[in-house]
Amino acid sequence: MTDAQTSNIQDREIDRSHMKVSDEVAIDISGMNKWYGTFHVLRDIDLTVYRGERIVICGPSGSGKSTLIRCINALEEHQQGKIVVDGTELSNDLKNIDKIRSEVGMCFQHFNLFPHLTILENCTLAPIWVRKTPKKEAEETAMHFLRKVKIPEQADKYPGQLSGGQQQRVAIARSLCMRPRIMLFDEPTSALDPEMIKEVLDTMIELAEEGMTMLCVTHEMGFARQVANRVIFMDAGQIVEQNEPEEFFTNPQSDRTKLFLSQILGH
Amino acid sequence: MANTPSFVRTQMLDPKDPPITEKGAVKWIRENLFSGWLNSILTLVSLYVIYWVLAHILPWALGGIWNAESLSECREIRDASGVGHDVACWAVIGARWHQLLFGFYPSELYWRPILALILFGVAIAPVLFDTAPRKLLIVTAIMPFAAYWLLWGGTIWGPIVTALGFVIGWAIIKYGSATLGALGATIAAIVVPLLYWLFVAGAISGALGSALPIGIESVASDRFGGFMLAIVIGVAGIVMSLPLGILLALGRQSDLFIINKCSVFFIEIIRGVPLIVWLFTASLLLNYFLPPGTNFDLMLRVIIMVTLFSSAYIAEVVRGGLAALPRGQYEGADSLGLDYWQSMQLIILPQALKISIPGIVSTFIGLFKDTTLVVFIGLLDPIGLSNAIRADAAWNGIYWELFIFIGLCFFIFCFSMSRYSMWLERKLHTGHR
Ligand SMILES: Nc1ncnc2c1ncn2[C@@H]1O[C@H](COP(=O)(O)OP(=O)(O)OP(=O)(O)O)[C@@H](O)[C@H]1O
Ligand SMILES: [Mg+2]
Repeated sequence: MTDAQTSNIQDREIDRSHMKVSDEVAIDISGMNKWYGTFHVLRDIDLTVYRGERIVICGPSGSGKSTLIRCINALEEHQQGKIVVDGTELSNDLKNIDKIRSEVGMCFQHFNLFPHLTILENCTLAPIWVRKTPKKEAEETAMHFLRKVKIPEQADKYPGQLSGGQQQRVAIARSLCMRPRIMLFDEPTSALDPEMIKEVLDTMIELAEEGMTMLCVTHEMGFARQVANRVIFMDAGQIVEQNEPEEFFTNPQSDRTKLFLSQILGH
Repeated sequence: MANTPSFVRTQMLDPKDPPITEKGAVKWIRENLFSGWLNSILTLVSLYVIYWVLAHILPWALGGIWNAESLSECREIRDASGVGHDVACWAVIGARWHQLLFGFYPSELYWRPILALILFGVAIAPVLFDTAPRKLLIVTAIMPFAAYWLLWGGTIWGPIVTALGFVIGWAIIKYGSATLGALGATIAAIVVPLLYWLFVAGAISGALGSALPIGIESVASDRFGGFMLAIVIGVAGIVMSLPLGILLALGRQSDLFIINKCSVFFIEIIRGVPLIVWLFTASLLLNYFLPPGTNFDLMLRVIIMVTLFSSAYIAEVVRGGLAALPRGQYEGADSLGLDYWQSMQLIILPQALKISIPGIVSTFIGLFKDTTLVVFIGLLDPIGLSNAIRADAAWNGIYWELFIFIGLCFFIFCFSMSRYSMWLERKLHTGHR
């Protein structure tokens, strides 16, 4: 791991008072398989996520991490097995899919903000159109979350006028405006310069402190150690190992995990 | 290394004005016209060509004769005045401008197309400029029916009863979604008005017409001509082909097999055949397909053909815009729970259309100019009228004056469209992604 990355580890003490894992199931994936054409990307995935969990998913490039979390909000279709999110099963029924998507927030590597709308409009769009929130109320909510990610003063700008780190924080605020119960992150910091990574991670840590259920694909191992309650290692479309972060990093079991950790932590 | 020079600035430099050769007209001329010997030669040659062209055209155009009754009178005046060169005979414009603009529309009713044009200006303002008052959108909604009534005249009930069909469709969408569901409401909103127009509308407007005969003098399509014809066909084609083209583009992109293949088939067939063939089809063939006895106005058929033709082009232009959007935009919209039509309407189309503006406007300009092709199926567009004017013995043999006038009128329209599109592109620019 480079200096820049290690320096992103939080310098303040993390407030764990709200980080409680309940025994209520948030996401239940069982026997899930997915193919791209004939290519078997995800193989027999079984994963149960409880409410309040912070899960970090890591693994080599092409191991299917993105595909896995994109299956959870049906951005990708799975061919076999069952995915139940918040008690609703993902099926081909568009109603279910739209319902799940409005309950599950997602942040992308490249932010995917809407460049033709202002920051505020980006944040109020879905509440107004999907939740039918009155415009005024939606704007208040949006400003609340923009303050939370510390960029309320940018509300009237366009995404193209913001730095990468600011854009990613807007993307997080945009998801939060839908008041999701689960947040998915797909490498939220890997398109960012080192000094911007910290501001995004800080925002994510604050979310975790408030007890948000989070699934996070990331290579920020400092974040995993500090915030995650579980680290999942994927390789070749399978879950190879999962454990508490401390155990995972200090005492990896599988050879693949050991190899991966030695590469990413750099020895 | 030992001999590395070391330097620390103690005082910062203030900005100074650039040297005189670096600004103003001198700089511009030097950089743009005389930056090297090749450029200088090209500049001189171009200047000479421009001079030569103007030296021939200007005396002809500016020395033109405005008061004459016929071409031969023009020539007599010219010969009498003793100028050595040929001069334009603008008198033909003075004598026949109303025909070039209105065709054979009854001259005492010219106020109707003019009023329709003004109304059109008001109706399109809120669409083109978002600073225009939103209330004008009401005019926009009424405009098509009002324009139809003003231009063709006749009973007022026809347009009103037709408009009612759209109101029915809108009401079904608005209030029926709750009971019928989104898809059901959409289908009902298409089917019910269609049935209404086919079976009910005629009877209602007939009954109302005989009970309350309100109307203005009706004008048949064959009296339409000149720029009025070009504008009516062009504007109707433009207004209808944009939404149709967008739907076709979405259809071509759709995952639904039938919709996809139908769109592709339609687009390729329409684009693969010249417009003139479609116009002949409209004028000759459609009569075979329509039930006997229906008298389907030729101009209406032409408008439909022109619309379909340009919608195929619009579809391809818009498809280009859709393809240029990064996948992330679709995923961003999906991940927020927006449904298909919401994400198209709010996220995808605004961006795709913005990218497509130059192509869309080119297509529109092409469509507008292509309206002159209707001369081949016997409609009197401006070119057709210039032939008609020449058929008059007084003006037999006059070409350039008419063509220049027609060209200028077209240019004004097309140039304003092009300027508008450039303005719109600048306005919609919100910085890089
Ligand atoms: N649309 C697609 N069609 C075909 N194959 C795909 C598609 N998307 C991804 N793949 C393949 O599926 C595999 C898993 O991809 P995925 O993006 O989930 O990997 P990842 O673990 O997120 O990798 P990275 O760390 O590089 O983001 C890869 O081998 C990739 O080539
Ligand atoms: Mg990935």
